[in-house]
Amino acid sequence: MTPLSQYLFLSTLLFAIGFAGVVTRRNAVIVLVGIEFMLNAANLNFIAFWRYGVSGAAPTGIMAVMFSIAIAAAEAAVGLALIIAVYRHRKTTQLEKLDTLKG
Amino acid sequence: MPNNISFYIFAVGVLATATAAMRLRNPVHCALAAAAAFAGLAVIYFQLDAEFISFAQLLIYVGAISILVIFAVLLTRGSDIQPGVELASPHWLTGLAIAVLVAFVIAVPVCSSSFGEKIAPKMTVAPVKLIGEELMTRYLFPLETMGLLLTVALIGAAVIALREPEESEIRNPKSEIRKQPTTEELVAEVQP
Amino acid sequence: MNNLDQIFVYAKYWLLSQLPGGVQSLVSIVLDIIAIIAVFGTCFALTTILERKGLGRIQNRYGPNRVGPCGLLQPMADAIKMLTKEDIVPFAADKVVHYLAPLVLTVPIWLAFSVIPFGREMSAIDLDAGVLFFFAVGGASELAVFMAGWSSRNKYSLVGAMRAIAQMISYEVPLVLATIPVIMLSGSLNLNKIVEAQSGYAFGVAQWNVFTPWGFAGFFLFLIAATAESNRSPFDLPEGESEIIAGFLTEYSGFKYALFFLGEYLGLFAVTALSVTLFLGGWHAPLQVLEFLPSWFCFFVKFAAIIAVFIWVRGTVPRLRFDQLLNFSWRFLVPLTLVNLLVAVVWHFTSLGAGLDQSLRWLISAAMIVPAYVYFGRALSPNRPTRIYQYAE
Repeated sequence: MTPLSQYLFLSTLLFAIGFAGVVTRRNAVIVLVGIEFMLNAANLNFIAFWRYGVSGAAPTGIMAVMFSIAIAAAEAAVGLALIIAVYRHRKTTQLEKLDTLKG
Repeated sequence: MPNNISFYIFAVGVLATATAAMRLRNPVHCALAAAAAFAGLAVIYFQLDAEFISFAQLLIYVGAISILVIFAVLLTRGSDIQPGVELASPHWLTGLAIAVLVAFVIAVPVCSSSFGEKIAPKMTVAPVKLIGEELMTRYLFPLETMGLLLTVALIGAAVIALREPEESEIRNPKSEIRKQPTTEELVAEVQP
Repeated sequence: MNNLDQIFVYAKYWLLSQLPGGVQSLVSIVLDIIAIIAVFGTCFALTTILERKGLGRIQNRYGPNRVGPCGLLQPMADAIKMLTKEDIVPFAADKVVHYLAPLVLTVPIWLAFSVIPFGREMSAIDLDAGVLFFFAVGGASELAVFMAGWSSRNKYSLVGAMRAIAQMISYEVPLVLATIPVIMLSGSLNLNKIVEAQSGYAFGVAQWNVFTPWGFAGFFLFLIAATAESNRSPFDLPEGESEIIAGFLTEYSGFKYALFFLGEYLGLFAVTALSVTLFLGGWHAPLQVLEFLPSWFCFFVKFAAIIAVFIWVRGTVPRLRFDQLLNFSWRFLVPLTLVNLLVAVVWHFTSLGAGLDQSLRWLISAAMIVPAYVYFGRALSPNRPTRIYQYAE
């Protein structure tokens, strides 16, 4: 059986990859994908801790992840709708060009 | 040991496809790589005996969110890549440094903790029935809230992405809408 | 009788007992896989020839009758033709994605067969969330269709792929909603348990889900959604030849095209097998007196019957227009499945000692579903012209 730390390492790396994508990419859609990766890394942690935890019988981790997935779905839908709406006005999804609100 | 080997295979697969999703030039390729990464994670959930979550992950991430991302890319013409346009933002080096730092900060406590020796307790797969009962009793309020949130998100997304009427249409809305021909007119058209 | 029923199970265990203990679990898995591939591969070959012959008869012609006796070897000829054809990849195509698309379509669909019980004790894996697994692996087909359409760099391919995705997403909602009453009243997502829940006989007739009002309505809603989900006529707009050549298949040839063809039929088989399991009692015999029949035989008879219905529908019903297609799903099927959910709830709670007569339960259910059917059916075509008999005076 794989030790718990392996799963935590995987989730750490996944989180870092998602984070790197969020802070380095210019395309807003790809930034959203990066955020999804970060959420997934957190989900993996939930599942791993639940599996290796003491509370075995109660599906606590599963519940947390289920709600997290639902939130991710809502977030993706609204986020992508926003990106499309912004694109319609500004004809770009490049994040640096969307700085009108900057003081 | 087969469990261990397959874990490493899928872990490497997830990391590779995730990196590809963040690095590739064409956003459609990024979305496809992301879908592969999500599917790999579903397999890892399955190994962790979280059967239900694994299938939900496949259904929602691969079946829905990836498709949504692809549609967004196509609708924003993100797949037309001009050769001159930079892929990364101007401060990408700083961002990358911060990301590495974040990874480091999380990895250090993982290494120094005693999780390494921790071995999973023997357990059977959490039955779906138990999940359902918990959802209907202990987690009823979050569940209802989630339903509300999803409804709001659905309507909100539809409203935001709705095409706004052109200005000329606002001024005189009738002119743009073509009158539907009546039955008599249609018949008159057909008849010689 | 029992021996014949379990013949394949016994054969598998006999084979396993000849092997050393170490490899038994691995060989057991491989045997299951080989059995599924062999059976449904044969089904694929047989269905293509029977479909062509059946369509031919419907259209007043013979259909293929040159190769072998009665043209039965036609699938072999087709396969040889497909395999020997040149595999053309467009110059501008995205080569990797173009290559992967047929694989992404075909491989997950094989997985869907693993949870279906083909007979007593005859399901490859007994998953607790079997129905969810079935729909989860089906999710990959949308991605595959997009990959095929987008990577071909062809307008028709892209339009076809976009149509296919819009259609699949729209019809997945009623497909899943139609299964929910079954899951609710069987109290399980496990397909074996759903079959078990339909095992009884009342007055010698089986108690399948299709013999209840919600099951009856649900079965037809499921079949319609399944037809659309597997891109079959009258919902075959993604490949509407008259408009967009062959949709997302336009730039595929040779073996890759054959894989798409295979994937499409396998999707049809999978969803048919699921409908048999959910609504037609799985491997149970229809009448108590027929219980001596082997369970797998009952399953495949029902399976073949539904496939025949699909062929019949394909030969009979004209293709829809695209706006009609989407309206049909969102304004007709989805509301009806939701009403059907309510019917299932009423059916469930009236059985709990309320002392209601069986026919009264039927009446209440019908009073809920029939007006909804009429109302949503009428609302589909709001300004429907009154029929004018122009040439029939």
